Amino acid sequence: MSTISLLASSATLPDLFVFIAGALMIVGGAVGVIVMRNPVHSALSLILTLFGIAVLFIEQQANFLAAVQVIVYAGAIVVLFLFVIMFLGVDRNEEFSHEPLAGQRILAVLLVLIVVASIIALGSEAHWTGGAHHVVGPTAGPYDNINALGRAIFTTYLFAFEATAALLIIAVVGAVVLARRSGSTTSDEALPTGEPGFDPETEEVDR
Amino acid sequence: MSGNYLLTAAGDPLYAGGVDWAVVIIALIKVLVAFGALMGAVTMMIWFERKVISDMQSRIGPDRAGPWGILQSLADGIKLFFKEDLIPDQADRFVFKLAPYLSVVPALLVFTVIPIGGAVTVAGHTFELQVADPPIGILLVLAMSAIGVYGILLAGWSSGSKYPLMSAVRASAQMISYEAALGMTVVTVVLVTGSLSTDTIVSSQSGGIMHWNVLRLGVVPFVLFMIAVVAETNRPPFDVVEAESELVGGFNTEYSSIRFAMFYLAEFMNTITMSAVMVTLFFGGPNGPVPNIAHLRWLFPILWFLLKTVIFLYVFVWLRGALPRLRYDRLMDLGWKRLIPASLAWLLLVAGFLISAWWGVAMAGAVILAAMVLNRSFQLGSELEINDRAVLPPVGRRPLSPKLLRDSTDGEESD
Repeated sequence: MSTISLLASSATLPDLFVFIAGALMIVGGAVGVIVMRNPVHSALSLILTLFGIAVLFIEQQANFLAAVQVIVYAGAIVVLFLFVIMFLGVDRNEEFSHEPLAGQRILAVLLVLIVVASIIALGSEAHWTGGAHHVVGPTAGPYDNINALGRAIFTTYLFAFEATAALLIIAVVGAVVLARRSGSTTSDEALPTGEPGFDPETEEVDR
Repeated sequence: MSGNYLLTAAGDPLYAGGVDWAVVIIALIKVLVAFGALMGAVTMMIWFERKVISDMQSRIGPDRAGPWGILQSLADGIKLFFKEDLIPDQADRFVFKLAPYLSVVPALLVFTVIPIGGAVTVAGHTFELQVADPPIGILLVLAMSAIGVYGILLAGWSSGSKYPLMSAVRASAQMISYEAALGMTVVTVVLVTGSLSTDTIVSSQSGGIMHWNVLRLGVVPFVLFMIAVVAETNRPPFDVVEAESELVGGFNTEYSSIRFAMFYLAEFMNTITMSAVMVTLFFGGPNGPVPNIAHLRWLFPILWFLLKTVIFLYVFVWLRGALPRLRYDRLMDLGWKRLIPASLAWLLLVAGFLISAWWGVAMAGAVILAAMVLNRSFQLGSELEINDRAVLPPVGRRPLSPKLLRDSTDGEESD
């Protein structure tokens, strides 16, 4: 038991290695998302970042969160990103020399410096930005990861949970309504009766 | 022991006494044996599938290499290994090379959590016959099948060719759709087991055939899981991914040599591991009667496991031989309009009856109500698809008007 209880109590050498590996994955992936010219490569780098976060979750013994991170974020959301990129057919040799926002590079550097400085300042004052093992306290007994999470979500944070669910449903319904509306206006104007896609009065082919 | 839930909840007893050299060596041997067994199983599976499908189609099938053609897949593998490795001009070289690994590695990792036998004691160390028994066990299967999507998606995209791209988009849409139904049916198993660990799932089904999840849960979750698995592994009748008549050869059209072999390998590994997952979740894994023969008691769970898995492998081949390929929109309809609602409904029923009979009855009422509402909405939706009020133009309409056609040709249409 020695190794694992040591891991839980304080940082050890293997702990450190796992953290470094995870951190390298996260930072390397994040840099890749920005630096890569090809949007698909950026999406791949994003997967690397999300995987790194999953590794850090496991290192903090949040196994369930790690699995969900991989299933939901790496497995579903980035696939959707890739879908959009592929459907839009972004050209591989797209030119990025033209900047739509003048001076955004300097502004970005300044803002990043401000954010990093405030995180460091906060980190020196309080513990929560740095993170600590078992911030929520020890979770004893069998199957705690899921048990604890389930209890927290369906008791303490029930309102937030249901509100999030409602928000997602609203977003989905809104997206469907928007997509359908644009489709129905064209079909109402151009396809009153008869054969779809063909207007008998103007003898013009729709699309 | 307190606070040490990694060991109390689940986990291989091998690591209970700390990690020393013997433990490391045992773990390494487990990894190597699992890898070798899976590779051997894949070559046998390819041969088995070709032989069985030949029988069903009144052909002989492979019979040149070795007795009954049993070495055919080995010969094919060697041939593929020595073939020229082509990369298309339009390909994205890095992603093109990466994609086969993104298919194979998840397929290998899924196999690590499957218990293929009971606990075994060798040289004072007791361990489980599975490579890893993480507390998230079955979720690893879902996570890895989610990652496996990338192999196909990126292979199709990076080829720089239109048919592979279409196939890849189809494949990934299909796989993420069916993953939802897959996950939902896994949740019903987890509800009765109370654990995600595959080892606990298996041990909770011990004590005879009536304790197997397939009967405990009513047969419905198993059927839903089976359909979802066939779609998830892109096997016939859900193999629209590589529909030869529409997409040339699917996402791997541009691949050749060892990279093509890796996709092929991943596909068959997924078939085998998913059969094993089905056995683990619903059919008690390695559980079965063990005759009291000295020194051989450890062997029987493995044999039971193999027997059950081979039955499912046969069913997979049987489905391929018996059913025609589904049209793509039918496939998506089946996934979203039938499987996902059905798995959700059964999940609610199981959860209700686990609390009390009255909750179960209440849930049954809710499910019937929801089914009626859903059915009505499907009716309304299909009306919007086909008649005058259609909001989406149907696919495959006549490209030119009859008048334009007449003007561009000599006269009336001949019919």
